[in-house]
Amino acid sequence: MKTAFNPGRFALLVILCLLIIYSGYQAFKSAADRDEGIRRGLDIAGGLYVLMEAVETGDREIDDDAIERAITVIRNRVDELGVAEPVIAPQGEDRIRIELPDLEDVEQARDIIGRTAMLTFVGPDGEEIVTGAHLERARAERQPEVSPYPFVSLEFDSEGARLFAEATEKYYGQPIAIYLDDEKISEPVVRAVITEGQATIEGNFDFEEASDLALLLRSGSLPVELRELESRLVGPTLGQRTEEIAAYSAAVGLILVLLFMILYYRLAGVIAGVALIFYLSLVLWALNYLPTTLTLPGIAGLILSIGMAVDANVIIFERIKDELRLGRTIRSAMEGGFRRAFRAILDANVTTLIVTIVLFIMASGPVRGFAVTLFIGIICSMFTAIVLTRILMRLAFKSGLIRSGAYVGVKLS
Amino acid sequence: MIDFIGNRRKAYLLSLIIIVAGVLSLAVFGLNLGIDFAGGTVLQLTLGEDLAMEEVEAALEPFDELEGAAVQVIQGRDLAGDPTEEGVIIRGPVMAEERRDALIAEFQSRFPEMSAGDLRVESVGAVIGGELTRQALLSLFVAILAMIAYITFRFEFKFAVATITALLHNIIIVLGIFSILQMEINVPFVAAILTIFGYSVNDTIVIMDRIRENIKHRKRNEYAEVVNQSINQNLMRSINTSLTTLFVLTALLFGFHYFIGSLDLVTFVIALIMGVFIGTYSSIFIASPLWLNLQDYNLSLKRRKAA
Repeated sequence: MKTAFNPGRFALLVILCLLIIYSGYQAFKSAADRDEGIRRGLDIAGGLYVLMEAVETGDREIDDDAIERAITVIRNRVDELGVAEPVIAPQGEDRIRIELPDLEDVEQARDIIGRTAMLTFVGPDGEEIVTGAHLERARAERQPEVSPYPFVSLEFDSEGARLFAEATEKYYGQPIAIYLDDEKISEPVVRAVITEGQATIEGNFDFEEASDLALLLRSGSLPVELRELESRLVGPTLGQRTEEIAAYSAAVGLILVLLFMILYYRLAGVIAGVALIFYLSLVLWALNYLPTTLTLPGIAGLILSIGMAVDANVIIFERIKDELRLGRTIRSAMEGGFRRAFRAILDANVTTLIVTIVLFIMASGPVRGFAVTLFIGIICSMFTAIVLTRILMRLAFKSGLIRSGAYVGVKLS
Repeated sequence: MIDFIGNRRKAYLLSLIIIVAGVLSLAVFGLNLGIDFAGGTVLQLTLGEDLAMEEVEAALEPFDELEGAAVQVIQGRDLAGDPTEEGVIIRGPVMAEERRDALIAEFQSRFPEMSAGDLRVESVGAVIGGELTRQALLSLFVAILAMIAYITFRFEFKFAVATITALLHNIIIVLGIFSILQMEINVPFVAAILTIFGYSVNDTIVIMDRIRENIKHRKRNEYAEVVNQSINQNLMRSINTSLTTLFVLTALLFGFHYFIGSLDLVTFVIALIMGVFIGTYSSIFIASPLWLNLQDYNLSLKRRKAA
């Protein structure tokens, strides 16, 4: 019942295995590339995550429109900071989620995104003259010959200019207070009637603070007040170190699994090893091209799935051994083993898939991301076990490599 | 062949003892909830070499809200195994943004070597934690219903009941042990529980598949033998799969513990390792024998009806 050595088939098998190992190497290399590869969550890439809630204040109502406008304002501010790939999205009815990866100056970003930045000019009698809504331009400037302090120069639109002209005439010689939110930042005395709609804010700030203030005023005030519910900041080096350690641990774990499989299942174990590498490159490829974000729990899930992906192969090989012990020939034991293992693999994996689908629909945030990673892992592992392992095993048999039970690690007395 | 079925009462008793101890601990001490659930602030700062604790305490001094906050010194290693700079993890109640910035500034002035890239500042309001817990529980509940439906459709209802009972058994034991050891849990723990969920179901279904296959053409009074035979046939697979999974998890545990020294990640991996052990145990000693008990119970019900 032995199959003669078939050099053609053998060459095909070797080429196929080498191709898989090479593509696995390429997949690892591109996945390790932090700039190009898989999109990483903030816990790995480093960055800032903030969840804000709109708070009802006075007459300002919270509705979809207000949240939408608030998001636009925050996006303007973030764009001015020059953050790559920011996420600013509504969550639920009155919340805004902000994710800023790869931040350079975290503190500045923190200061800027949450400020309401409502600018008001108030007369000495407490009457509101004009607000930031009529602002057309705001810029930080410095004129060392006039004053050592930097200032913010403002330009109002025509309506603002008209209001401002009226007020400077009315309050001539009296102070006008400039408020940012509830904070009085300056209180100049009116020395001239200003008709062109130009004004300056002088205060006790350095140039950077003046620039930030100008940025806030340019991007407009938030239509609602926002309160921080959750904030997570991870430094870029910390995340990178964690990822490195996880990757090295995964490599060590992978080598242990490969050694075990080869020692226990012999030639079949080698095939399982090749299948495992194929599985990993498939998962990495899928993560790369699907709109997913890999987080730390996701990486752990992935590493765990290395162990679990072997399961399908273990089920198949144990089935083949069972069939061999019943006295079947290698050929029929292999076919029978695959057929019988298929149903177990299918049901076990579909049940787990159901969990991931439910989580994907119902959960949010990191748990949802984890569900996606696990889902991809299960699909890839099923495909690998059912399709690839079978092809490789058949090829190994036809090339005459598997000649007795010993090649799948079974000793028949 | 090992007689699993004959010894099933011993396994039931063992599980019962662990579950009772765990549930008692959960009722009395509860779980050690981290900021993700209970709200609060965590700051992880890398401060430099030869860390002086007095200096850390002095830096914390002006912050009344952090009185009694837990301060833990951490130190990782680089890939060559040499210790890296020391740092601290401070866990306290929710702090406003300005206070957090002030604290970081205080540390920066006292520790000039402090790394700007190697830090973590997390603050979670209590509202968020509650929502997270509700959401996680609700989705687990729906997932269980969906699994019962699928297993009933593919196998039969009794298989579903046995599988889900074993699953809940696993989750309760892991929660119980975490309560007894008072290990802090955060969002990754939810992911760990979900993974245990998946692993356990996966492990159980494969044995159930064997039983489903083996009971064909067999008589009811032979079911005990069939179940025992199925468990034994599947034994090598159970052992090998848990071994390979434990290989990677152990590598991960070692990596996180030795090189990073962060407790959060270590806790996460420990939960997974526990899950693999308990998941494998319960598939063999709980789920399969339980199915047999359900069969017997059903049979006795029918007999009583007939009589």
